[in-house]
Amino acid sequence: MTDALYYARRYPLGVIGALILIVFVLTAIFAGVVAPMDPLTTNARASLAPPSHIYWIGADMMGRDMLSRMIHGARISLAVALGATCIGSGLGAMLGLASGYLGGWFDLIVQRIAEIMQSLPLLVMALVITASLGPSLTNTIIAIAIPLIPNVARVIRANVLSLRELNYVEAARAIGMGRARIALVHIFPNTLAPLIVLATAQLGSTILTEASLSFLGLGVPEPYPSWGRMLSESAAEYIHSAPWLVIFPGLAISMVVFGANLFGDALRDILDPRQGD
Amino acid sequence: MLLDVTDLRKTFPARTGLFGNVIDHVHAVDGVSFSIAEGRTLGLVGESGCGKSTVGRAILRLIEPSSGAIRFEGNDIVGLPADRMRELRRRMQIVFQDPYSSLNPRKRAGDIVAEPLLVHGIANAAERRDMTLAIFAKVGLQPRQMGLFPHQFSGGQRQRISIARALALGPRFIVADEPVSALDVSVQAQVINLLMDLQARDGLSYLFISHNLAVVEHVSHDVAVMYLGRIVEHTDKSTIFARPLHPYTKALMAAVPVADPSVRRDKAHVMGDVPSPIDRPKGCHFHPRCPLAEPRCRIEEPLLREVRPGHRVACHLAA
Amino acid sequence: MAPVLEVSGLSTVFHTRAGLVRAVQDVSFSVEAGETLAIVGESGCGKTMTALSLMRLIPSPPGEIVAGSVKVAGTDLLQLDEPAMRKMRGSQIAMIFQEPMTALNPLLTVGRQIAEMVSLHENVSRRAADARAVEMLRHVRIPAPERRAKEYPHQMSGGMRQRAMIAMALVCRPKVLIADEPTTALDVTIQAQVLELIGDLRRELGTAVVLITHDLGVVAETADRMIVMYAGRKVEEGTTQELFAHPNHPYLQGLLASVPKFGAGEGTRLREIPGIVPALNNLPQGCAFAPRCSAAVAKCQQAIPPLETKRPGHMAACWVS
Repeated sequence: MTDALYYARRYPLGVIGALILIVFVLTAIFAGVVAPMDPLTTNARASLAPPSHIYWIGADMMGRDMLSRMIHGARISLAVALGATCIGSGLGAMLGLASGYLGGWFDLIVQRIAEIMQSLPLLVMALVITASLGPSLTNTIIAIAIPLIPNVARVIRANVLSLRELNYVEAARAIGMGRARIALVHIFPNTLAPLIVLATAQLGSTILTEASLSFLGLGVPEPYPSWGRMLSESAAEYIHSAPWLVIFPGLAISMVVFGANLFGDALRDILDPRQGD
Repeated sequence: MLLDVTDLRKTFPARTGLFGNVIDHVHAVDGVSFSIAEGRTLGLVGESGCGKSTVGRAILRLIEPSSGAIRFEGNDIVGLPADRMRELRRRMQIVFQDPYSSLNPRKRAGDIVAEPLLVHGIANAAERRDMTLAIFAKVGLQPRQMGLFPHQFSGGQRQRISIARALALGPRFIVADEPVSALDVSVQAQVINLLMDLQARDGLSYLFISHNLAVVEHVSHDVAVMYLGRIVEHTDKSTIFARPLHPYTKALMAAVPVADPSVRRDKAHVMGDVPSPIDRPKGCHFHPRCPLAEPRCRIEEPLLREVRPGHRVACHLAA
Repeated sequence: MAPVLEVSGLSTVFHTRAGLVRAVQDVSFSVEAGETLAIVGESGCGKTMTALSLMRLIPSPPGEIVAGSVKVAGTDLLQLDEPAMRKMRGSQIAMIFQEPMTALNPLLTVGRQIAEMVSLHENVSRRAADARAVEMLRHVRIPAPERRAKEYPHQMSGGMRQRAMIAMALVCRPKVLIADEPTTALDVTIQAQVLELIGDLRRELGTAVVLITHDLGVVAETADRMIVMYAGRKVEEGTTQELFAHPNHPYLQGLLASVPKFGAGEGTRLREIPGIVPALNNLPQGCAFAPRCSAAVAKCQQAIPPLETKRPGHMAACWVS
């Protein structure tokens, strides 16, 4: 507890970031309780209603309450963003670690596959994957996570290659430590800093990729709302006539990305003992 | 003999072709032989790129030797399977030059020193703590410093942690690779004294690798001088400093600045740079820089031969 | 002879999160033409910061030169505006660094970089500047200078690069050359060559040399006079002969006793200076060396000792000695 207080005082921005994320996650979890209306109930008379005391941030074309849709949308958007980022970064880090530390044929094969994957645009790859797996929340997360892997793997691999040459890794070998243990104990913890920076940077793009997939009918199926879809469906048509349809989902995405960045930076510093004292 | 190195060689690929085929080799270590007895220090000196660090790492098999034999306590460790090698690592250790990259920045000093014990499954947690405390005391660190991270120590203290880690398993032989070169002058003395005290008390043997001749003279019993992958002169300390025979040894000694302004020495410097280890001169590798070179030095490679009992020199002209 | 470089009361600080770091405090010295002054000290003693302050190359912020004057041939560099200072660098006062690879531009040939220096300060044609570059490379004894001038830094060995660096620093005949650990990264045989070169050029061109080093051997062999720095302050000054023969400050005495003597034969136990160099943002009250000093008395912990003349031409800052 005193630790938490100490860090809170030391990293006020990190605390703000964490608070933002906590608020969004709690909202998503308790969406059913928090949301003032049903997100799927349509109301023809309220179509494109501007913000008012009934529809706090307006209503969409079908007259559904924007606030309730946003609150429920948080579930899908956050599940996709956090899920895809964690899976993509985790697998990417493992591959990069193995690739950089083992070297040889394994490295060669992993790197060539990564290059092939990187030569395709993220969205195209996600499209191919969802098209073959079929639309569902889990498949969307997988489809977005997989294209993240090569980026992470390459950055981590480059980091491992330089760490591998350091004397403390040699010293670990000299005391008879096995390869797997050296990789886990001495190399992996020292790749955390770039990993965290990379993961937080990717968080935003995963939300937007989900939007594109949903827009093309390959993401989470209708009528379940997600921020990305709300944004992409209305951006072109209603930016002038009903700007609230665009502003609020956009704001929510920005807030999550902002919160994740603040939190990520603080986390990176906290995990680095050199930043202490 | 505790350690017997015979005809040790290590080549690295210098240039590879389109299909990974090796075009050129760097002969980092090219037929090096020496031995170190219990409780003795062999100083290995030479300029950068002479292969002295590669020798140190090859002996511990941190780098796999290309050929040759390394007998430690009578057993040849070249090609020894990993589990047998792991056993031997308890008795041979290394201390590195750079006190910054030799310690994992994310581990506490106490854990760094206890890690060898943990890896070899020696003792339980409480016993390990006691053993770590004892090692801390041995190298002159405070018990309260066990919980600190490497960046909270000065360079000299970090070097003590490195030495403590090397001592944890109770080794008989330590490769000290430029252990004081990165330290401040006033701190160098602390670390040199520590290494010498440990030797006096525990009978440790050292391979002391350094480019600093004054330090080598201070700590060594025997000295071997390397040039471009080979030993060019090897004998006991007092002989090599009093009566060096190889022109390169003489040049090295003449080049060392002496901390005494009243000494004005004749400055017979060797000319030019150390040649590339990929493309070494024919004949004697030193001949292009040698003031005494004769025609045969350009053609014939001098062998390391014993010119006097216990004094080996690789020079046609040494007698 | 009037000194070409006169530094007085120089103080440089760094404003950091950890507080005010007093890197250089009230340092004064002067160097005559053709003379070599060594500034000796360990890492963190402020010797490199002194050198950078002379060149006005202190990164600012966070660094700031807060007091003093640096006069080169009578002109106070600290009073100049930046364009005027740029004119001085290279033509009046030049610097060479420990690692020439980082100080040379990897994308330009060595000859071109030296010629650039000439064009910057003198109104000459490009061809004339190139010719001067080749001539200067010959001067620093680089073999086949015409060919070497067309090479890039990475094609040269460490010793060659340091020679090229020296050529670049001296091509416009500056009055003062600051050499910051110029041979620390070099092998001993190359170090000997480079030190001899610097000495010869100094005699030929009459350059005043400020040699910054931690190596007492290098000082003994090359410097006429020396100053010893500790924790940002000058603690001792005098001729090299005098200071090596009669070190006054316990710090210099300790330093001299802690270095293994080359050619001393059987190794006696080295004298250690206990403890470590203090952090510059958290200096002890009184003499900064007192916590490590075996001779320290109560007074040492209370007040900073002033520099006093202890013997003819020999100043030291110590209450006890």
